[in-house]
Amino acid sequence: MNTLTDNLELFTTGFKNTGILFVVSAFFALILGTVVAAMRVSPVPAMRGTGTLYVNTVRNMPLTVILAFFALGYPKLGLVPVNFITAATIGLSLYTATYVAEAIRSGINTVPVGQAEAARAIGLPFMQSLTLVILPQAFRSVIPPLFNVFIALLKNTTVAAGFSVLEAGAIRANLSERGYPALTGLLWVALIFVILVIGVLSPLQRYFENKWRVAR
Amino acid sequence: MTSILFDAPGPRARSRNVVLSVITVLVVLAIIGFIIVRFTQSGQFTAAKWKIFTFPLVQKTIVSSIGITLSAFAAAAVGSLLFGIILAFGRLSDYRWISLPCYWVTELLRAIPVLIMMMILYYGLPPLGVHGITPFTAVVVALIAYNGSVLAEIFRAGIESLPKGQKEAGFAIGLSKGKVQRLILLPQAVRAMLPVIIAQLVVILKDTALGFIITFNEILFQANYFGTQAQYGSPVLPALMVAGATYIVLCLLLSGVARWLEWRLRRGPKSLKTAAPMNLDVDSGVGLSAGS
Repeated sequence: MNTLTDNLELFTTGFKNTGILFVVSAFFALILGTVVAAMRVSPVPAMRGTGTLYVNTVRNMPLTVILAFFALGYPKLGLVPVNFITAATIGLSLYTATYVAEAIRSGINTVPVGQAEAARAIGLPFMQSLTLVILPQAFRSVIPPLFNVFIALLKNTTVAAGFSVLEAGAIRANLSERGYPALTGLLWVALIFVILVIGVLSPLQRYFENKWRVAR
Repeated sequence: MTSILFDAPGPRARSRNVVLSVITVLVVLAIIGFIIVRFTQSGQFTAAKWKIFTFPLVQKTIVSSIGITLSAFAAAAVGSLLFGIILAFGRLSDYRWISLPCYWVTELLRAIPVLIMMMILYYGLPPLGVHGITPFTAVVVALIAYNGSVLAEIFRAGIESLPKGQKEAGFAIGLSKGKVQRLILLPQAVRAMLPVIIAQLVVILKDTALGFIITFNEILFQANYFGTQAQYGSPVLPALMVAGATYIVLCLLLSGVARWLEWRLRRGPKSLKTAAPMNLDVDSGVGLSAGS
């Protein structure tokens, strides 16, 4: 217990940074993922190709490699320097966006054909039929997979610990420096993650699932 | 995919699509071009930065690190499939004292980040007097624990999607409970869930790279090691390019094998149907509903 109480500020900073990484990456991943999903169903072949290329490349690369590129490789390019937490956010957003895109694309497929046909029949062009008719319905049906993607994102933020970001995954290294047992610290971190996932995100998932259930 | 969301393009839409295509291609080319220019300007493509990868010893090390990644993947994949099957049948057990703990284990293991599990095994256990924890065992055991619980849910969903008649028919011909599960439910569940199982296997392959953080000498770790060799100009980016390309090839190969396997399994009942159209009339209905 005193491993936690003695180092409370370490745990709070760690999980605060985890929270920042999670919220910011989730926000950008949702936007980018929706855009990529829209590109992948668009009438323009080049856009479909670009979306597919992006998703297939990034999804087949481990997150660790992507974060390594932004944290270790990017500074070598001599561009605007970014701090490690920004680098990790960019990497996490780009990685998670591919999963968001795939979830939304499968959601688009669950919208009954008649909806798209009706939208076309009243003369809506592609962008309007997508944003006004298809996507609002698709979003509702992808709440469960989308939340699974975000739960995975929350857990993936720990990978940033390997790239000099002081977040939940990095608490162990800091504890060892102060001479506290690694196992106790790690078990606390694991417990907090269990509470966050089972106690917060999963109930939220169920809540939105029930609230936005599509009545068909 | 093609024409549900938009009408067949007329002359105006076609010309607009061409314009948009050109713009997309230009934007993509601009991004790629910018990256290449930046890489060239900062000297990432110079021979000096790539020299280290021309040494046979370095190449041999990279190949052996691919072998290490693959062996960790193989051990973790087999282990998590077995663990997943055990957990799935545990959760479906009629006895509450089996199904409830299995439920909690599944939920718990799915909620803890894999990296934290690896750290618990690698940094947490040795001070308690547990010996022989290498990075390899930490990576493999953590991957088995996490992916086993994910696969358990997949198997369970597959088994529950099967029509009830399958189980009842098994009992009707006098099979024991274990045999019904092993011979009737599991094979059909695996077949129905194959795409999801394969996707999870790709996740296992990618997650072996997490071992980088606990000093497991897999592909990324070796690449990073070569990337920090100052006497060869610290070729971090070339090394990461090598590692990234290797992972993409490995994952695509795995998905390719998976698709081939799926095709083989799909082909099975069909070729049977063409060979013996008479006696399959009865099961074809069952097969259809099981597959959906």
